[in-house]
Amino acid sequence: MSETATQHEVNANADATDLDCSGLLCPLPVYKAALVLNELEDGELLRLITTDPGALRDIPAMAHQRGDTLLDITEEEGRQVFLVKKGIAE
Amino acid sequence: MTQVVSPLVVDDVAEPKPRQKRIALVASKGTLDQAYPPLILASTAASLGWEAGIYFTFYGLDILHKERFEKLKVSSLANPSGPIQLPNILGAVPGATAAATKVMRKWMSDSRMPTVPEFLEMTRDLGVQFFACATTMGVMGVEEKDLIEGSDIAGAAAFLDYAAEADVTLFV
Repeated sequence: MSETATQHEVNANADATDLDCSGLLCPLPVYKAALVLNELEDGELLRLITTDPGALRDIPAMAHQRGDTLLDITEEEGRQVFLVKKGIAE
Repeated sequence: MTQVVSPLVVDDVAEPKPRQKRIALVASKGTLDQAYPPLILASTAASLGWEAGIYFTFYGLDILHKERFEKLKVSSLANPSGPIQLPNILGAVPGATAAATKVMRKWMSDSRMPTVPEFLEMTRDLGVQFFACATTMGVMGVEEKDLIEGSDIAGAAAFLDYAAEADVTLFV
């Protein structure tokens, strides 16, 4: 895999709508993410940044309940970056 | 030998759309701290794509009351987990409830949490249904014009009819 990008790198560079929920507590990251996802077309991506540790459980649960697809989670220095695809992955 | 074919087997029927989930909440308390949980749960449920409704009853009706929802308080008396820790004898001192309320409001704004009126608006804009308990209105002299726009006046039977179709029901 030295020459080709890993799936994680592909995800990190994917074209997505960005939403920064740093400093916000439950329910605001889920609330704001849902408002963005409601406006996206199926297959479009949301990149969500959170600092609420509860988001590590909440965002996967949100995707599961809404029928969206969580493609990637990155944890770094007290923040989490989620890549969510609207709708079910093909 | 006769082959039996079920008339119910049809190949080209689309998968039925899964039924939308529903949460039915009762908000029975009119303190600042207890106004938040039903609003947090209902706004989250609506964000997950669920139907959500809150039945505001007894003191909980103050959350819908236009002149009261900005003045909800936290008691300093008999509230051992409250924002200020006081022995009950001091919790009864005039001004102690106002002080506890001030501290909680500061906690909320420092954490960038919406106020109760802001939260109500967010929640209503997500399509959450607000049921105002008709009996409470009669007992406490509350009129429809006192409540925020979009409040549905309803009795217990109407709420139970809604709650009977719910996947989650909680009493706050």
